[in-house]
Amino acid sequence: MGILLPVVAKNQAERRAVLTTLGPLWDGNEVWLLVAGGATFAAFPEWYATLFSGFYLPLFLILISLIVRGVSFEYRSKYGSEKWRSRWDLAITISSFLPALLWGVAFANIVRGVPLVKTSAGYIQYSGGFWNLLNPYALLGGLTTLSLFVSHGAFFLALKTDGEIRVRANKLGQQVGLVTALLAVLFLGWTMLGLTSKGGVIAGSTVVVVAWLSALAANMKGREGYAFLFSAIATAAVVITLFTGLYPNVMPNRTAGGPGLNIFNASSTHYTLGVMTWVALIMTPIVLLYQGWSYWIFRKRINPNQISTPEAGVLDTVH
Amino acid sequence: MSALDLARWQFGITTVYHFIFVPITIGSGFLVAGLQTAWYRTNKDKYLRATKFFGKLFLINFAIGVVTGIVQEFQFGMNWSSYSRFVGDIFGAPLAIEGLLAFFLESTFLGMWIFGWDRLSKKLHLAAIWLAAIGTLLSAYFILAANAFMQHPVGYVLNGTRGRAELTSIFKVLTNSTALAAFFHTIPSAFLTAGALFAGVGAWMIFHKKDAEVAKPALKIGLITVLISFVIVGVSGDTTARLMTTQQPMKMAAAEAVYNTKTNVPFSLLTIGTLNGSKSVFQIGLPSVLSFMATGNVNGTVEGVNTLEKSYEQKYGPGNYTPNIPFAYWSFRLMIGFGALAALISLLALWFIRQGRFPRKRWFVRSMVVLPFLPILANSFGWIFTESARQPWVVFGLFKTSAGVSPGVSAASVLFTMVVFTLLYGVLAVIEFGLIYRTIKVGPEKTIERDENSKTLTMAY
Repeated sequence: MGILLPVVAKNQAERRAVLTTLGPLWDGNEVWLLVAGGATFAAFPEWYATLFSGFYLPLFLILISLIVRGVSFEYRSKYGSEKWRSRWDLAITISSFLPALLWGVAFANIVRGVPLVKTSAGYIQYSGGFWNLLNPYALLGGLTTLSLFVSHGAFFLALKTDGEIRVRANKLGQQVGLVTALLAVLFLGWTMLGLTSKGGVIAGSTVVVVAWLSALAANMKGREGYAFLFSAIATAAVVITLFTGLYPNVMPNRTAGGPGLNIFNASSTHYTLGVMTWVALIMTPIVLLYQGWSYWIFRKRINPNQISTPEAGVLDTVH
Repeated sequence: MSALDLARWQFGITTVYHFIFVPITIGSGFLVAGLQTAWYRTNKDKYLRATKFFGKLFLINFAIGVVTGIVQEFQFGMNWSSYSRFVGDIFGAPLAIEGLLAFFLESTFLGMWIFGWDRLSKKLHLAAIWLAAIGTLLSAYFILAANAFMQHPVGYVLNGTRGRAELTSIFKVLTNSTALAAFFHTIPSAFLTAGALFAGVGAWMIFHKKDAEVAKPALKIGLITVLISFVIVGVSGDTTARLMTTQQPMKMAAAEAVYNTKTNVPFSLLTIGTLNGSKSVFQIGLPSVLSFMATGNVNGTVEGVNTLEKSYEQKYGPGNYTPNIPFAYWSFRLMIGFGALAALISLLALWFIRQGRFPRKRWFVRSMVVLPFLPILANSFGWIFTESARQPWVVFGLFKTSAGVSPGVSAASVLFTMVVFTLLYGVLAVIEFGLIYRTIKVGPEKTIERDENSKTLTMAY
C-alpha cells in the first residue's frame, strides 16, 4: 500500500484514507517481522549469525527503510504543508518498495544456495559479497515478492476503503495480480529446476497458483474479503513451499558438497527449542486472538470523505 | 579504525540514541494512562485534554523508540555474528519472548488506543493504554534479563565442541539477580525521565500563559514523580552497586578509580590519575563511603584495579582486563550527578510552587526547561558506564568483545552503515525535536468535541 500510495490516491483525503486503514494495524503487523528475527536468533543462532552478517547491505537497506517508514506514518499529517507531506509520501513509497523487493532477493538467494566457507573457528560464514546476491534468479524472486505484496496491499485497500479509491484499488489489484501470477509461475518453475526432490514444491506451488487465481477471481467479482484471504493464503504458501524445498537445509551452499547450514547444525539445544516451543504454543494463540480483535474493531471501510479537514495538519494552528 | 572499533562505535551510537526515547516512552505511557484514568474517574474535561496533549508527545517519542529498536535486534547478527553464535542459545530466547509477550501487546493496544477513541467504550479504551504501558514494562524486563546475562552469566553450561554457551535453565536467566536489580533501577529512572519532561512542559506552559488547567497538574505530578522515582533509583542503585562488587569487582574498582585493595575506602569526589592511568596522584573523597556502598560495611575491603588485574591474568590467561578507568570513573559520576541534580531542582521547584504559587522568573523557567535533559543524560551515562566498564568482556568472564565481531564484515561496510545510521538519526532528532517543540507550543486542544454519531473520523493519519 505504501508503494501504491502515489498511484491509487489522487488527493489529500484519499492519501490519508490509505494511511488510516493501516494506522491501527501496521505496527502490530511489523512485530511479526521482529519476532521472526528473534525466533531465528533463539532457535537457529548459526543461521541468524550467518544470514545477517552475510546479507549485510540488503538487511541494512531494509532496516533503514523500516525506520523511515515507521516515522513517516506517524509524522506525515502533523503539518498541512504540501512540501512536508509530499516528502513523507515519497519516503513511504521508497521505504515500502525496498523491503518488498529485498525480502524476495534474500529468500531467493537462500533457496538458490550461497557461497559459504568454514572458518578456522569452525563457523560457517557467507563469502559471496554484495553483488553476488543480485543474480537473475534472486532478482526474479525480488520482483515476485514486490508484485505479490503490491497486489496483496491493493486487495486489502479495496477491502478497507469506499468510494473511487476502492474501485481504483480493485482495478490495480487485478492488473498487478496478473503480473504476479506470471512472475510466480516463472519463479516457482525456475526453483523446481534446481531441486532434486520436487514433490513438496510441486504440491506447494499448486496451492500457491490455485489460491492466487481464486484471489483474482474473487477480486474481479468485487468480493474483496475473499480476495484478501486467498492472497494471504498464497503468500503463506510461497514461504512454506520455499522452506519445504529447502528442508532440511536452511542455508545451503551454492557449491554442492560444500559446508552449509541445516536444521541440525544451525539450531539451538533441545532445551532451548523446548522452552521456545512452549512459549510459542501458549502465546501465539493469545496474540492472534487480540490482534484479530483489533482487526475486527477497525473492520469498517474508510471513505475519504470521512476525513473532515484533510488539508489541515494537527500542529498547524496554535490553540 | 578496525571493524571491531567501528562495530563498537556503531553499537554505542545506535544504543545510546535508542535509549534517549525508551525511558521517556515507558514513563510517559504510564503517566498518560494515569491521566486518562483520572478522566475516566472524574469525567473532568481538563484530564481528557491533558491525556490527549501528553499522548501526542508520548506518540512522537514512541515512533522513534520503536523504529530505532529494530536496529538493535538485527545489529547482533549483522555486526556481532560471532557473539550471536556464542550466546544465541541463551540470548535469543529472551529476545524472542520479548517480541511475543511485550511487542505485540504494546503495538496492538497502542494502535487501538490511537485510533479507538470513537470505536471503543471508554472502559476498553482506557484498558488499551494500560495494556500498552504494561507491554513496555515487560519489554524492558526481558531485554534487561538478556543484558544481565552479559553482566553476570547464569543458567548455562559451556559446550567446548560447539564453541558456545548453552542454556540449562531459562528460570535462572529470567530471575538473574542482576536483571532484577537492573529492572528496579531502570524503570524508576524511566519514570524520573518522564516526570521531568511533564514538569518541564508544565512549567513552560504556565510561564507562557498556556492552558494552566492542564499545565498545573502536569508540573506537580511531574515533580512528585521525579522525587519518588529518585528515592527508588537510589535504593536499587545501592543494591546494584553491591551486586556489581561481588559479580564484577573490576567494574566497581574502575568506577571509583581504586587502584590498590584497601579497607575504609572513601567515595571519591575527585581523582586525578597519572597519564597512563595506572596510579592516582591526588584524591579527595567522602571517608569510608565507598566501602559502605560496595559492601554495606564502612570497614569493608574494596579490591583495587591492580590486584584484580593480577588475579584475572591468573584466572583467564595473559591479557589486559582493565577497562578505561577515567571513562568509567567519569561516566559513573555523571550518571549519579545528573540524576541527583534533576532531583534537587525538582525538590526546590516543588517548594517554589507551594500553595499554587509560580515564580514568573526567567531563571525558574530556564531551569525547568533544562530539567528534562538531565535524566536523559544520566540514563545515557549509566549505560555507557555499565557497558564500557565491563570491557574487555562482552559476556563477563566468558567471552571477549574482540571475539564477538563479525569476521566476514569489512571495516568499510561497518563504517558505511555507521555513517548512514548516524546521519539518519541526526535528521530524525532534528525533526523529532521540532515536532515536540511545536506540539508544546500548539498546546492542548481547548475544547474536545465528542459526537458519538459523527460520521467523520476522530483520528486519521
